[in-house]
Amino acid sequence: MEKSKLVYSTFIRTTPKKLWDAITKPEFTRQYWGGAKNVSDWKKGSKWEHVFEKEADPVWITGKVLESVPPKRLVLSWADPDKLADLSRVTLEIEAIEDMVCLKVTHDKLKAGSKMLRGVSWGWPRVLSSMKTFLETGKGLNIFAGR
Amino acid sequence: MQPKGCIISGEMDAVFKALADESRRKLLDLLHQSSGQTLGELCRHLDMTRQAVTKHLRLLEAANLVAVVWHGREKLHYLNPVPIHEISERWIGKYERHRLQALSDLKRGLEKNQTNKKG
Repeated sequence: MEKSKLVYSTFIRTTPKKLWDAITKPEFTRQYWGGAKNVSDWKKGSKWEHVFEKEADPVWITGKVLESVPPKRLVLSWADPDKLADLSRVTLEIEAIEDMVCLKVTHDKLKAGSKMLRGVSWGWPRVLSSMKTFLETGKGLNIFAGR
Repeated sequence: MQPKGCIISGEMDAVFKALADESRRKLLDLLHQSSGQTLGELCRHLDMTRQAVTKHLRLLEAANLVAVVWHGREKLHYLNPVPIHEISERWIGKYERHRLQALSDLKRGLEKNQTNKKG
């Protein structure tokens, strides 16, 4: 079956540690990721969940931590809890460059033409812009604007 | 020193400069149709020398509009829309976007009807 891959990168004026915390700590994610939080102990092999507390069905995404090297590299499996067979993979790479940090997000093993592919290609640019704004100004963006 | 693929000062200058060229926009169109192409694949659709395409791709990379992933010995180019999203965040108010989306949907709908009539 044909699989798709998306690659995003953004340069943020912050430190690798702060960026790692922004991705992994619920008190930060909810400020820029549309109110959602990422929940896990972020150890290799552990489960992780992307949770919207306000929703009736709060777990939007679930998966396992495939690799975890704080504050440099995090690899996650990624699936809709109702479609666990369609497992994709997200690799987050954090690299310090002078006074900035480059975050590269690679989302691969996505089923071509799937709802998940459409959803994440809509979502990642918004989440990453909001994350950058949050880390640089302390305030995230409304990622669901216009939807 | 200019870090690889990075644009520390004049981040937006680099994006606008990269977009201000027909050939580079065409390259982005090609990557939008199918992301993750090699230089050779991109050259097939362009009436340009390989060297010229390489130069354009380098500029797009520097503006962070193209992200590069090495797959074995193949260098694959992916469209990175994040800087373009940042531009729209800067000037399009969050309350405006819904209306603009409606307008661009309307435009697309009308143009589609037009094409159907012609066809």
